[in-house]
Amino acid sequence: MATYAFVRTEIAGTLVDGDAYAIYRESTRTVCLGRPRLPGICGATTGPIDIGRDIVMTIAIEVDNVQKTFKGKRAVGEVRALDGVSFGVEEGTVFGLLGPNGSGKTTAVRVLTTILRPDGGSARVLGHDVVKKAALVRTLIGLAGQYAAVDENLTGRENLQMVGNLNHLPSSFVATRAVELLTQFNLTDAGDRPLKTYSGGMRRRLDLAAALVARPTVLFLDEPTTGLDPQSRNDLWEVIEGLVDGGTTVLLTTQYLEEADRLASNLAVIDHGNVIAEGTPSSMKADLGATVLEVGLPTIDDARRTGVLLDALGPHQALVNGTLVEVTVDNGPEAAMVALRSLDAEGIAPQTFNLREPSLDDVFLSLTGHRTEEESDADDDLTPRQKRKKKRLGEIEQALPIQTGEYA
Amino acid sequence: MTTAIAAPTVSGAPHSTGVLANLRWLVSDTLTLTRRNLLAVTRIPEALFFSTVQPIMFVLLFRYVFGGAIDTGPVPYVDYLLPGIFVQTVAFGSVSTSIGLAEDLQKGIIERFRALPMSRGAVLLGRTTADIVRNIFVIIIMTLVGLAVGFRPNQGAASFIAGIALILLFAYALSWFFAIVGLSAPNAETAQVMSFPLIFPLTFISAAFVPVHTMPSWLQGFATYQPFSVTVSACRSLMVGAAATNTGRSTEFWVVQSLIWSVVLLAIFIPLAIRRYRTRT
Repeated sequence: MATYAFVRTEIAGTLVDGDAYAIYRESTRTVCLGRPRLPGICGATTGPIDIGRDIVMTIAIEVDNVQKTFKGKRAVGEVRALDGVSFGVEEGTVFGLLGPNGSGKTTAVRVLTTILRPDGGSARVLGHDVVKKAALVRTLIGLAGQYAAVDENLTGRENLQMVGNLNHLPSSFVATRAVELLTQFNLTDAGDRPLKTYSGGMRRRLDLAAALVARPTVLFLDEPTTGLDPQSRNDLWEVIEGLVDGGTTVLLTTQYLEEADRLASNLAVIDHGNVIAEGTPSSMKADLGATVLEVGLPTIDDARRTGVLLDALGPHQALVNGTLVEVTVDNGPEAAMVALRSLDAEGIAPQTFNLREPSLDDVFLSLTGHRTEEESDADDDLTPRQKRKKKRLGEIEQALPIQTGEYA
Repeated sequence: MTTAIAAPTVSGAPHSTGVLANLRWLVSDTLTLTRRNLLAVTRIPEALFFSTVQPIMFVLLFRYVFGGAIDTGPVPYVDYLLPGIFVQTVAFGSVSTSIGLAEDLQKGIIERFRALPMSRGAVLLGRTTADIVRNIFVIIIMTLVGLAVGFRPNQGAASFIAGIALILLFAYALSWFFAIVGLSAPNAETAQVMSFPLIFPLTFISAAFVPVHTMPSWLQGFATYQPFSVTVSACRSLMVGAAATNTGRSTEFWVVQSLIWSVVLLAIFIPLAIRRYRTRT
């Protein structure tokens, strides 16, 4: 495995109106950074750039206008999985790619890990093109996926050793490293048992351990905690945080806003193969409102009236969904008091009244106007007949205003 | 859970390029994956046991139930039967190549392999190499079973081993064919049901169990010269003498025919399987 180094020759330049400008030259290539879509890269959005002051980070993963289309089978037609995706990940940080099933997250990870060849655009990991320098990129990265790609018939130790051998590491190093990782992931006792006997959480930990055998500099985690219980999820989060403290760059895909919030320093929200929002978790929450107020009412008529009342609360529109009304607010307790007073004044008695954290669904609703869709990778397991049935059900659901999100 | 994790450093063997280095990694990665596939076999002993029981039942069925009604001319039926059983066993066994690959694809382990700096060809080579080892094991068992029910090869040890080698080569060609099936199937169950209709006609419309001259004349040409039959005839000639084939052809004729079939099938299926592996996303 080669060590890498950025050979950077900085070129001072001027940013005009926040547009991209050449900022540094890496080897023979000029890297353009500094667009508004990459907040935090430049201290100044316009004016002359002071290299020492404004450029403070190195980009570990660069994704530039990547496109990927899958040719569908039979009548399904083409599926545009990535429709010109661009983002950058700062070295030594966690970047969260947030989106529902089927949004293109996994496809993005597969392009970046050299598994898939993009149809257009380019992507670089630590400065190396994932298509042209695929073999080199593979020596620098680790991948752990939601489908826990480990061999069930092998023991934990055998799995780690196999990955080590396939990374062409010396066998003495592999043996020591396996012991080290089993200890680190609390799997020492289970190390010599076949994976068939592992719980979901143990399997996911081993999957992550397998991704770390070669001490990758950049780690890709595709929905690392989907389907895990809260305790296992928390354990895994701690491990990921430990890795980042050690300097690893992590790209994480997730469906959980909570996960992105806890781990990621920057986020991109992706939908239908497009990045629809980018920023820090806090900036995104600020845009969205910090809290969701959720009021359940006895009748649909009451819900309509409540919707109108809650609209008055703040910058965000209330959403009436059957007998449930939701509104995102910036100050939960204050909004709750105002809402209760006005409900009381109108003689409406709510059945439930909750304040909760915004979910990915809320982010989506506010960004796209539609809820997260359930068409997904998971659908691959369905037969065409089941898929048709599911699609019909979806259409029926959409035809009923009571079931879908409808702004009051 | 421990959170104190050492700073990652990029370490390991230097990645030299060049044909020789690539070949070395291909061999080493193939061995790693062969070992992995064989370990899986030992971890599910039930699968190995029952996949051996089935051909044993075929031996007993044909030897003691159907055999009496089948006239094989100069040789006893048991001597006629066993070479056919050997080829049938490895042919049915090669279906496991398709099941194994489909399972690896389905479970995502091939996804992990693709993101590793390993040799691209090792996944298919490791799978087919493991199948050779498994076939050797199964043929040894079937030989012992054959000896127990009266099979008496009489052409010498070298000739017998040459027969086994021909079977293994043919089985290797079949493994590559079933690799294509496995890479085309949506899941392991489908790979299995896709494989049997492909292997069944070849196994039974053949010289494996009954002399071909008892079949209708329009079927005889296919039944005599299809690759499966040719390999059975070659093996039969090498183990119990060319006369047992009831065809008037020599041992050399069948051996050469079988070799040509296996080499041609390998030349077709290996590139197709590799292409299928590359394009399967």
